[in-house]
Amino acid sequence: MSDTHAQTVAYVRETMLPQQAAPTGQSGVIKWLRENLFSGWVNTLLTLAGLYVAYSFVMHFYPWFAHGVWDANSLKECRAIITDRYGAGATGACWAMIHERWHQFLFGFYPSELYWRPVLTFALLFVAVGPLMFQWVPKKVVWFTLVFPFLAVWLLWGGSVWAPLLVLAGFVLGWIVFSFVGKFGPIAGFSAGAIVTILYFLLAVGPLIDLFHSIIPLGIEHVDSAKFGGFLLAITLGVGGIAMSLPAGIILALGRQSDMPLVKGLSIIFIEFIRGVPLITLLFVASLLLNYFLPPGTNFDIILRVMILVTMFAAAYIAEVIRGGLAALPRGQYEAADALGLDYWKAQRLVILPQALKISIPGIVSTFIGMFKDTTLVVFVGLFDPLKGIPDFIRADFNWKGIYWEPFVFVGAIFFILNFAMSRYSMHLENRLQRDNH
Amino acid sequence: MTTAPDAPEHQGFRLSQLIYDTRYRSMTIQIVVLFLVMGFVGWLVDNTIQNLNALGKDFNYSFLGQRAGYDIGNALIPYNNDMTHGRALLVGLLNTLWVSFLGCIAATVLGVIIGVLRLSKNWLVARMMTIYVEVFRNIPVLLWILVALALLTEVAPSPNQYKVNAATGEAKTSMLFESVAFTNRYTAIPSIHFDRSLGSLDTALAPISLNFLAIVLVLLASWFVTKAVNKNATKVQAATGVRPTTWWQNALIWLLPVAIVVTVLGINPEEPVLKGFNFTKGTNVSNAFVALWAGLSLYTAAFIAEIVRAGIMAVSKGQSEAAFALGLRPSRTMRLVILPQALRVIIPPLISQFLNLTKNSSLAIAVGYLDLRGTLGGITLNQTGRELEAITLMMLIYLVISLLISGGMNIFNNRVKLKER
Amino acid sequence: MKKSVFIGALTAATLAAGVAGAATLDDVKARGELICGVNTGLVGFAAPDANGNWSGFDVAICQAVAGAVLGDPSKVKYVPTSGQTRFTALGSGEVDLLARNTTWTFSRDTDLKLQFTATNYYDGQGFMVRKDSGVTSAKELDGASICIQTGTTTELNLADYFKANNMSYQPITVDSNAEGEQQFLAGACDAYTTDASGLAATRAAFANPSDYVILPEIISKEPLAPAVRQGDDQWTDIVRWTVYALIAAEEYGVTSANIDELAKSTDNPEIKRLLGVEGDLGAMVGLDKDWAVNAIKANGNYGEIFAATIGEQTPIGLARGLNAQWTQGGLMYAPPFR
Repeated sequence: MSDTHAQTVAYVRETMLPQQAAPTGQSGVIKWLRENLFSGWVNTLLTLAGLYVAYSFVMHFYPWFAHGVWDANSLKECRAIITDRYGAGATGACWAMIHERWHQFLFGFYPSELYWRPVLTFALLFVAVGPLMFQWVPKKVVWFTLVFPFLAVWLLWGGSVWAPLLVLAGFVLGWIVFSFVGKFGPIAGFSAGAIVTILYFLLAVGPLIDLFHSIIPLGIEHVDSAKFGGFLLAITLGVGGIAMSLPAGIILALGRQSDMPLVKGLSIIFIEFIRGVPLITLLFVASLLLNYFLPPGTNFDIILRVMILVTMFAAAYIAEVIRGGLAALPRGQYEAADALGLDYWKAQRLVILPQALKISIPGIVSTFIGMFKDTTLVVFVGLFDPLKGIPDFIRADFNWKGIYWEPFVFVGAIFFILNFAMSRYSMHLENRLQRDNH
Repeated sequence: MTTAPDAPEHQGFRLSQLIYDTRYRSMTIQIVVLFLVMGFVGWLVDNTIQNLNALGKDFNYSFLGQRAGYDIGNALIPYNNDMTHGRALLVGLLNTLWVSFLGCIAATVLGVIIGVLRLSKNWLVARMMTIYVEVFRNIPVLLWILVALALLTEVAPSPNQYKVNAATGEAKTSMLFESVAFTNRYTAIPSIHFDRSLGSLDTALAPISLNFLAIVLVLLASWFVTKAVNKNATKVQAATGVRPTTWWQNALIWLLPVAIVVTVLGINPEEPVLKGFNFTKGTNVSNAFVALWAGLSLYTAAFIAEIVRAGIMAVSKGQSEAAFALGLRPSRTMRLVILPQALRVIIPPLISQFLNLTKNSSLAIAVGYLDLRGTLGGITLNQTGRELEAITLMMLIYLVISLLISGGMNIFNNRVKLKER
Repeated sequence: MKKSVFIGALTAATLAAGVAGAATLDDVKARGELICGVNTGLVGFAAPDANGNWSGFDVAICQAVAGAVLGDPSKVKYVPTSGQTRFTALGSGEVDLLARNTTWTFSRDTDLKLQFTATNYYDGQGFMVRKDSGVTSAKELDGASICIQTGTTTELNLADYFKANNMSYQPITVDSNAEGEQQFLAGACDAYTTDASGLAATRAAFANPSDYVILPEIISKEPLAPAVRQGDDQWTDIVRWTVYALIAAEEYGVTSANIDELAKSTDNPEIKRLLGVEGDLGAMVGLDKDWAVNAIKANGNYGEIFAATIGEQTPIGLARGLNAQWTQGGLMYAPPFR
C-alpha cells in the first residue's frame, strides 16, 4: 500500500508534527483580551470608556483616602496634620472621627459596658434563623428559634427575667387551652385559647411580673430604648419588623386569596393602602398621629411606635411576597389537599404554607434588605439612624463640626457589606430552590 | 359558600350550624370580622375625638385657605409667599409628580442600558455594570441623594465665576454654547420666548400661554394625520402587497405645520444673563431638583437593570438562535425577537419600581427640594400645627398617585401581555 | 410564633405607659426622672459626647429643673426631637418639658396650646456671607441665593424681611445645619441665615473663620424659652421660676461654688428666701425648701451656664449682649422672689 502511495504522491509526511502552541493572537491573555474587550469597535470604545471612568474615579478619590488621618482629637487637628504632611491645599479624610465615635455608629447611646448584650443577641440571631435558612442546621434548633424573640427582647432591653418568661408562659397557657378545648372543635379551641391569652395579658401578666420579681429579683440592667441608635437601631427595627410582620403577612396573604369577599376586600384595602403611601408618612403617623388614635393618656416609647408602623409596613410587603409563593404552587397541591379531605386550616398548615413559605424566602430576604435600608428614614422623626441621625449629632460636637463625607463613606460601606452578603445569600437560595424543583 | 345538595332538609336551623355548617360558616366569620373591624375603627375615631377635645383642637382644613408666608425655591406654577397653604400644597404636589415622572423615565433608560450592558460580552463593561448594580442597590437611597447634591455643589462653579472681569474682558468660566451655565446652585438654561404672543389663558392652576396651546394643537393634528396616512398605507399594502413609501409624507406632516406656526409666532430662546448674585431671564433648574432626580434615577436604575437582565435571560436561548438562523442581525434580534418577549416579564416588576421611585421622592426634604412632603407635610404642618389634617391629606394624595400609576401601568401591561387562548 | 414578640412588646408598652395625668409634677416625682425634649444636636445648646452624656445650654436647664424637682440633676431622660416632632412630643405627654431652642411666638403660645415659661436666651436671625463677596449689609442681598433651614421660624422671617425691603431672593432650603454649612461653604448660597448664635457657632468651626462675616442686621426677635403643656399651672410655675432662680442667682452673686457658704452666712433677705433659708417658697409650688439650691448646684447660675456652654471662653464665643443681666444693660431680669 505504502509503496503505491510513494509512487503516486511526491511527498508524504510520515510522522506527526509536534503540536504547536496556538498563535499568540489566539491564545492566552491576548486572545482573552481580544474576545472580551476588543472584539469590535463598539466593544473597544466601551472598554476604553470604562477604563477612563475607572481611572478618573481612582485618581479623584484615592488621594483623599490615602491622606486619611486616624489619630486626632478634632477636625481642626486633622486639617493641621494633613497640611503638615502633604502641604497646604491637600485634602484628606479625617477618619479620626470614626476612630473616636465608631461605637456610636454601631450602638447609639447603649451603655458601653453592656455592648456584649447586643453583640450576643446578634450572634444568637444567626443560630435562631439557622434552621430556616440553612439545610445543614439540625431541625431541633427550631425550638431555640421559638424562644429567641423573648430572649432577644430581654437581652436588648434588659429588666426582670420574669417579664419575658411570664409573657412566654402566656402563650404556653394559650396553647394548652387550645389543645384542651380544641378536642371539642378547632374553632372553639382557637377562640378559647385566644380569649384566655388576651385576658392573661390584659389582667394577669403585669401583677405577676411584679409578684415574681419581688419574690426572686432576678434580672439584668434595664436599658431604655431611647439609648438605641445607629446600626443597633436599624437592625432592631429591620429584624423586629420582619419577624413580627411574618404572621400578619401570612394572614393577609391568605385573606387576599380567600373566597370570602369581605375578608378579601379588607385584606386588599390594607395591603394596597400601606403599599401606596411612602414609609415616611407612616413614620409620621407613628411620631405625630398615633397619640391621637390611642386612648387619651396612653403614651409610649417612640421606638415602639415606630416599630408598630414598620411592622404594618413590612406586613403588607411580606403579604405580597407570600401571595407570590402561594400563586407559584402548582394547582395540584391544593387539589391533592382537598382530595385528602383536609379542611382549610389543615390544608394550609400541612400542605400549602410549608411549600409556599419555602419559595418565598428569597423574596422575604429582599424585603428585609429593603426594610433595613429604609430604617434610615427614622431620622426624620428624631431617632438616631446611622446615616444621618448619628452624624448630625456628632457634628453638633464642636470638635467635629463641619465633617461631612467621612460618616457617609463609613456608614455606606457597612450598609453595603451587610446588604451585599444578604443579597448573595438570597441568590444562592434561589439557585438551590431551582435545583430542588427540577 | 358551597351548597351541599345532600343536606338534610327536614331538620330545622340550629345555632351551631353557624359554626359547623360550611354553608353558613364563612358568613359567620365575615360578620364577626366586620364587627371587629368596625369596632376597631370606631374605637380609633372615638379616641381621636376625645384626644382632640382634650387638646382643644378641632379637625378642619380651613388652614389650607390661610396665607402660607413662606417661599418655595422651585415652583412649577406661579407662587409667592402671599398665596395660601393650599396653593403651596399644589406646588409641592406638582413638584412630586414632576420629579417622579422625570425620574421614572431616566431610571428606565439608564436601567435598560445597564441591564443590557451587564449581559455584554465585554468583560470589563459587564463587570463594571455588576459593580454599579451591587453598589447602588445595597446602599440606602437617602445616601445617594445627599451625595448627588454634595457632588453638584462642590464640583460646579459658583455664578460669580461667570462674571466677566472688566479689566481683562474674560470670565473664569464660560457658558456652554453661550446659553447653558452649570453652577453650584442651579443650572441656568434658556427659556423659550415668543415675539408675538396670542395672549394667555388664565386657569386657576397657572396661566397657560396660548402660543404653547397652539403648538400643541398643531402637533396633535399632525399626529392624527400621520396616523391616517399610515392606516391608508397599510390598507394599500394589504390590497396590493406593496407598501407605499410614506416616510417623506410623515416627516412633512410633522415638521411643516409646526415650523410655520413657530415662525409666525417668532420663537427665540431667552438666554440666561448674570445679574448681581444670580442668573436671571432664563430658567434656573435647581441643584436640589437635579440631585434628587439623579439620586432616585441612579438608585432605581440599579433595580431596573436587574429586572431587565432577568427579563432578557428569561427568553429561552432557542429564540435568539432561531432569529439568527433566519439571518437577523444581533441588534434586530434584540429589537424584534427578544425585547418584545422580555417585556412581558419586565413590566410587572417595573411598575412596582416606578411606585417605589414615586414614594422615595418623599425624601426630597433631605436636599431641600420642596415636594408634597416638604410643603404640606413639612412647612405647612409645622407652621399651622395641624398634624392630623396635614398627614391624613398627604397620605391620601400619595395613595391616589400610587393607585393611578399602578392602574395606568396595569392597563399597559394588559396590552402587551401574551394573549393566551 | 413570632407574633408573640409583637403582643409581648405591646403588653410591656401598656404596662410602661404611664397615664399622663394633669399633674406633671406628680408624674415626674413618681417616675423619679424628668423627661426633657431636646434638640437632636445643636452646638452649644444640646449635644451628646462620645459617651452619650448630653451637655449644652438647653440641657443645663433640664438639669436645673431636675435638680429643683427631684434633688438630683442627673435624673433626666433626654428625648431628642426634630423641628417637626417637638410640639407633638410635648402635647402628647411624651416629654415633660421642651428645652429645645424654641422661639416664643403668639400662635405657638395660643394655637398650639403650649405654655412658654421664661425666656432663657434672646436670639435673633442674622446672615453670614463670604468676606470676598463684598457684602456688608443685608440690604445688599437683593437677588441673592440664601440657604435656609426648613421647619423653623426663620423661613417666615426671611420672607417678611425681603418683602418689607422690597427685595427678591432665591431660597435654597436645607434640611439640617450640617447640610446648610456644606452648601454655604461650597458657595451654593451667597448667604446663610439662621439664629445669630447658630451662625457664630458655625463660623467658629470653619477652617478659615476670618473669610466669613456675620452681617450686622438682626432681622427678627427670637426669644428662646423652655415650653410646657398648657393647663398645668403648677408645672409651668416650677419651670418658670427655676429659670428665674438661675437668673436671680447670678444677679445676687450666688454661684455653685459659694452657694452652701452663702446659705449660712448671707444677710440679704432676698437670697435667704431664694435659698430657702427663710420662708418657704418651695412649698408654694410643691417642692422642697432647697429647690433653688439644687437647681443652682446642677450647673451653676445663669452666668456660669452661659460661660460654660456658649460663652466667650468656649469655641462658640458668644458675647452676653442682650442676655446680660438687666443691671449690665441686658434683658435678663428675674422678678422678685418673695
